[in-house]
Amino acid sequence: MTDTSTDTTPAAPKRTLIQSLEIDLRLLGMIGAFAIVCITFNLLTEGRFLTPRNIFNLTIQTASVAIMATGMVFVIVTRHIDLAVGALLATCSAMMAMTQTTWLPQYLGLELGHPLIPWIAIAVGILTGALIGAFQGWLVGYMAIPAFIVTLGGLLVWRNVGWYLTNGQTIGPLDETYRAFGGISGTLGEFWSWIFGLVATAAALWILAASRRNKKAHGFPLKPLWAEGVVAAIVTIGIMGFIWILNSYQIPSRVLARDFAARGLEVPEGYSAAYGLPISVLLLIAVAVVMTIVARRTRLGRYIFATGGNPDAAELSGINTRLLTVKVFAIMGALCGLAALVASARLANHSNDIGTLDELRVIAAAVIGGTALSGGIGTIYGAILGALIMQSLQSGMAMVGVDAPLQNIVVGAVLVLAVLIDIIYRRRTGAG
Amino acid sequence: MTQTPLVDLRDICLSFGGVRAVDHVSIDLHAGEVVGLLGHNGAGKSTLIKILSGAYQKDSGEIRINGELADINSPRDARRYNIETIYQTLALADNLDAASNLFLGRELTTALGFVNDAQMEAETRKIMARLNPNFKKLKEPVSALSGGQRQSVAIARAVYFNAKILIMDEPTAALGVHETQMVADLIKELKAQGLGIFLISHDTREMLDLCDRVSVMKNGALVGTERVEDVTEDDILSMIIMGKNPKKAA
Ligand SMILES: Nc1ncnc2c1ncn2[C@@H]1O[C@H](COP(=O)(O)OP(=O)(O)OP(=O)(O)O)[C@@H](O)[C@H]1O
Ligand SMILES: [Mg+2]
Repeated sequence: MTDTSTDTTPAAPKRTLIQSLEIDLRLLGMIGAFAIVCITFNLLTEGRFLTPRNIFNLTIQTASVAIMATGMVFVIVTRHIDLAVGALLATCSAMMAMTQTTWLPQYLGLELGHPLIPWIAIAVGILTGALIGAFQGWLVGYMAIPAFIVTLGGLLVWRNVGWYLTNGQTIGPLDETYRAFGGISGTLGEFWSWIFGLVATAAALWILAASRRNKKAHGFPLKPLWAEGVVAAIVTIGIMGFIWILNSYQIPSRVLARDFAARGLEVPEGYSAAYGLPISVLLLIAVAVVMTIVARRTRLGRYIFATGGNPDAAELSGINTRLLTVKVFAIMGALCGLAALVASARLANHSNDIGTLDELRVIAAAVIGGTALSGGIGTIYGAILGALIMQSLQSGMAMVGVDAPLQNIVVGAVLVLAVLIDIIYRRRTGAG
Repeated sequence: MTQTPLVDLRDICLSFGGVRAVDHVSIDLHAGEVVGLLGHNGAGKSTLIKILSGAYQKDSGEIRINGELADINSPRDARRYNIETIYQTLALADNLDAASNLFLGRELTTALGFVNDAQMEAETRKIMARLNPNFKKLKEPVSALSGGQRQSVAIARAVYFNAKILIMDEPTAALGVHETQMVADLIKELKAQGLGIFLISHDTREMLDLCDRVSVMKNGALVGTERVEDVTEDDILSMIIMGKNPKKAA
């Protein structure tokens, strides 16, 4: 090729290690940032930060915000914003609390503790979120009111609708099965956690193999086999290591004694048990997988990104961008319902201030995770990592004994800094 | 020509607020024919063809495709009539790669209903090999492409789906000499395949070379339509500038 005006492919492309592995640089950067945060706090707390117990707590504290952050990716990618997620979470939580403690027992005659109660309550919560989300999406998409305004209004409206639903009271205790979605009171236990780890690893390896097979079938360039091996090893170690850490968090003996005593038994000699994978984290993983598939493998996801990249082009390509807006906000709402389940189950009751300021945490998580506010760019895993980084910062500072006001100052500064780094990174790489 | 035209736009009007962007314009197009639209900036050329491509809705007038009244209210409707458009502004999603743009709104899917990126990429390679053999940046977002490369993505999108009616709004505006020649060759090839093509350009000489007929617009109204062999470049220029058809006046 002598024509310099067109593409020039270097004759012998020199590939760095990272290029051969085809690892996303941005992902690497975020993992690096996360690692720095963890190691710093671990040093400052003399090893108390990176204990199985604290890691377990971090994961259950992150779950609710991370679930919503995956939905916020879609909202921001389509060039909108949702300031109402925390308030919507409160309304969903109030609906679920009232359904299980008052409405079902009073109007349908299901007595407290009936096995159907938690499931009906959860369905009600998710449906409430989806419907309110769809309504906000309709105002944005069809009525052309800016999302900023619709959800700023929603922030006030839904928090106080929640207040009226409960008359401002704290509702609890919540159903026991329901509470299992919250964290410490609902975990898989050691055995099933290992099983889950094995299944997840097998699935991940299968996906890697299938993608290689697919590329081969179409005659696309393949990574060298050793690179595939390295990626497979990283994935396996990552998943199984995570399970191993969670499984190392032993249930304290006094808790065991209490559980056994409740069943009229005594703890056998030398008996110990681990918590394992929390169900709330399992829920987050499921959400992450589904949302990633939607983003990458479905038309809906393709249209979300196309609309974010160029709304006019999407419209001219025959995409119904108004309906798309409704769908995106409905998904966000349904995820608020799910997050409300996790948050209220963790606290074991519904209180009016549940989810306060969550909108900021969720938006920050998405943005730290690389979602561009100008639209069209963002990843689900990035948002989850962003949520994890935020939560680590906050918990770490609390452990070190930083005052609450300073904590907030740091978190605010980190958000701005993360966006600055992202802008510089994009300018350098010329992407977006 | 006495056969029914492929496209027949009759008495089309469209106003934006007080501006009459298209003012009682009638134009037709036959299969295997290239009709050029000329006129000053803001004459209403893009607006007229956007009515045909479903991007705008006309205030009045009618559109006939193969003699039958066509109801085109959205880009989706236009696609059903095999109308494909290359917009002046290109209308690409900058954050997506060439294949995603080519198939946008018409993704190939697997048996399970998921988008089939690998197959779309393979198809894109095939069509690009024909249209622009130098095109190699298949994996990158189209924002990383040059104006000419972006143009070939837009052209590929129009050609791939077996258009019968092709609308090209200044397809060569961003192109170098070499690429412009490629587009000219492509237009001739597509015309030979029997497509009807509406071509918009400001390059009068290029238009006389490529088109069978040219229509000139001014201030939203049609000045006149002439067969290229009946007019000179000067005639066209005076139609554009004066807004009068010298042949009619004579
Ligand atoms: N979306 C719109 N809203 C309001 N006015 C518009 C819109 N689109 C076009 N116009 C007006 O309609 C008229 C015709 O514009 P049009 O884009 O059709 O011109 P054109 O002939 O394609 O010009 P050019 O050669 O510059 O592309 C202009 O006066 C323009 O300002
Ligand atoms: Mg124009």
